[in-house]
Amino acid sequence: MPARFSPKPEMSLAPIRKITGRAVPVDGDDIDTDRIIPARYMRCVTFDGLGEFLFRDIRQTPEGKSKDHPIDQSKYQGATILVSGMNFGCGSSREHAPQAIVRAGFKAVIAGNFAEIFFGNSTTLGLPCVSAQPKDLQALTRLISQKPETEVEIDLEKLTVQAGPLSFPVTLKPSAQQGLLSGRYDAIADLLAHLPQIRAMAAKIPGPTLPA
Amino acid sequence: MGRTLFQKVWDRHAAGKLPDGSTQLFIGTHLIHEVTSPQAFGMLRDLGLKVAFPKRTFATVDHIVPTDHRVEPFQDTLADAMIKELRKNCADFGITFFDIPSGKQGIVHIVGPEQGITQPGTTIACGDSHTSTHGAFGAVAFGIGTSQVRDVLATQTMALSPLKVRKIEVRGKLGPGVYAKDIILHVIRTLGVNGGTGFAYEYAGPTIEGLSIEERMTICNMSIEGGARVGYVNPDEKTFEYLQGRPYCPKGKDWDAAVSEWKQVASDPDAHYDDVKVFDASEIRPTVTWGINPGQGIFIDEAIPSPDDLPVADRSSAQEALQFMKFKAGQKLAGQKIQVAFFGSCTNARVSDFVEASKFLKGRKVAPGIRAIAVPGSQGVSKICAEMGIDKIFRAAGFDWREAGCSMCLGMNPDQLVGDEICASSSNRNFKGRQGSPTGRTLLMSPVMVAAAAVTGEVSDARKVFAQT
Repeated sequence: MPARFSPKPEMSLAPIRKITGRAVPVDGDDIDTDRIIPARYMRCVTFDGLGEFLFRDIRQTPEGKSKDHPIDQSKYQGATILVSGMNFGCGSSREHAPQAIVRAGFKAVIAGNFAEIFFGNSTTLGLPCVSAQPKDLQALTRLISQKPETEVEIDLEKLTVQAGPLSFPVTLKPSAQQGLLSGRYDAIADLLAHLPQIRAMAAKIPGPTLPA
Repeated sequence: MGRTLFQKVWDRHAAGKLPDGSTQLFIGTHLIHEVTSPQAFGMLRDLGLKVAFPKRTFATVDHIVPTDHRVEPFQDTLADAMIKELRKNCADFGITFFDIPSGKQGIVHIVGPEQGITQPGTTIACGDSHTSTHGAFGAVAFGIGTSQVRDVLATQTMALSPLKVRKIEVRGKLGPGVYAKDIILHVIRTLGVNGGTGFAYEYAGPTIEGLSIEERMTICNMSIEGGARVGYVNPDEKTFEYLQGRPYCPKGKDWDAAVSEWKQVASDPDAHYDDVKVFDASEIRPTVTWGINPGQGIFIDEAIPSPDDLPVADRSSAQEALQFMKFKAGQKLAGQKIQVAFFGSCTNARVSDFVEASKFLKGRKVAPGIRAIAVPGSQGVSKICAEMGIDKIFRAAGFDWREAGCSMCLGMNPDQLVGDEICASSSNRNFKGRQGSPTGRTLLMSPVMVAAAAVTGEVSDARKVFAQT
């Protein structure tokens, strides 16, 4: 993947304020990262092509036959928002999970709440993960299964979701909200800006060393 | 008001505030492996960046390595490409690599402590969620994603918001046949798999203080299974004793200075905790998971709960688990036939794990038809076990004694379940498909319980099986 920006602090990414698109449900709580991308598909040295294996084992049988998961149903084709339950993204720290989601064409996840490492990894990629109340998630899931063409809008400034007749609040960690709205969700440029101070700090904090 | 270890370490390593309000945190020690680092090096090259402090990053290879035939090129060409890529990246950027020929290769969370790279009062990061293991030494250790691996390589820092601290205080005496693994499975079962979100767990109290360093590693290792990204134990004399003389630890006068500094880093007696939970160790019995997340566990003499008897929030997951595992509510796990016994992983593949189980395996045989594999956590563990004759005991019992790696914990190498096999496993995750087969079924338990399951061919109470030992 080519560099998205130059590592200079003044060159930030495009802000992400609103995500609009159709949504698809991935039912269940505790959707772990092994389910998002099974470990056997992580035998790779780039993230290219991971989108193909997103949710592989809940979408296909071991033999590769479709299980007719909503993601593969024609009525949800073109959806760009995932809707799921509690503790989404629990398990391993593999960035392969949000990478697979992004590379399969998704732009945001609405769930009950998120495992911490997954949340951070996703934010860094510009994949907003907003948390909603279970009753609102149920209503949204019902709506999109009945009317999959419904446009769902996530407003990261107001922290609301609008979908047809539905409107409900969502939550997002303030630093993630700030980062997404300002286009500084990938911290590398800001981190690099302080490298001289870091060098001074490193001199005072010894690291592990082999005796000479 | 005193401070916790977490606060002291955080304050010392906080380099400043970032525009989004998070903290730029200095990472003293960075560990990498072949799965989550190649893309980070790719990003560095794309951005034209160097590794800022190559002497603070250490690499090993663990997830994809075969544990039987180690001759390169590996039969799995993808795995072979990964080890070669790591070799190239370490050579290009001047990073120490504990490669297979070094004799120091192993699971990254076992190699760090073994080499004395893991030290109290430090911040440690690694692109692996079980990095919390290093907290057993009083380090604050974070599992991170690949973009953060890039950040740490490029700047030795990462952006992070501080965590709250929950003290998990364990008191009372552990019964015979009850181990550190049972403590942590019980904590996760009680507080929930996302109960620790936003917290660092400080494991404390007389029971924790009484555990060996290796047992503390087992507990800290599974913090993430309880939702806590960080878990730690305050350093004490046992910590220093474990570390003294290890290759990457200070020597001579530097050692004495380091120890006096490490003593200061422990939580103050009057430290403020955001939450405290107290557990009575004497109530904990050998624990086995029955479901598809590590919180779905029961004591060996309990029955699998009915979803209707669980809190509303846990019911749908329990239904899904029963269906996937092909178990029934009310069923006991004792007597459940198994097909595979896996003894390994960063949770339980250290010397003391093998020594403890070997006491019971001596003179016994793995039940007919059971595929039993023992995978030392590192080449170092393997060597010590060989010197002690532990490998011979496992082999004589019918275990396949393998080379070091992550192996069947996550089945990224050829060690995988087949179909819906049931595996008694000393590892850390029982997620659907975790052990390499989409329909494979994992039962998490202590290593001694794995040994008991292996010799009886079914889930068994090790206290009864090994009563005559």
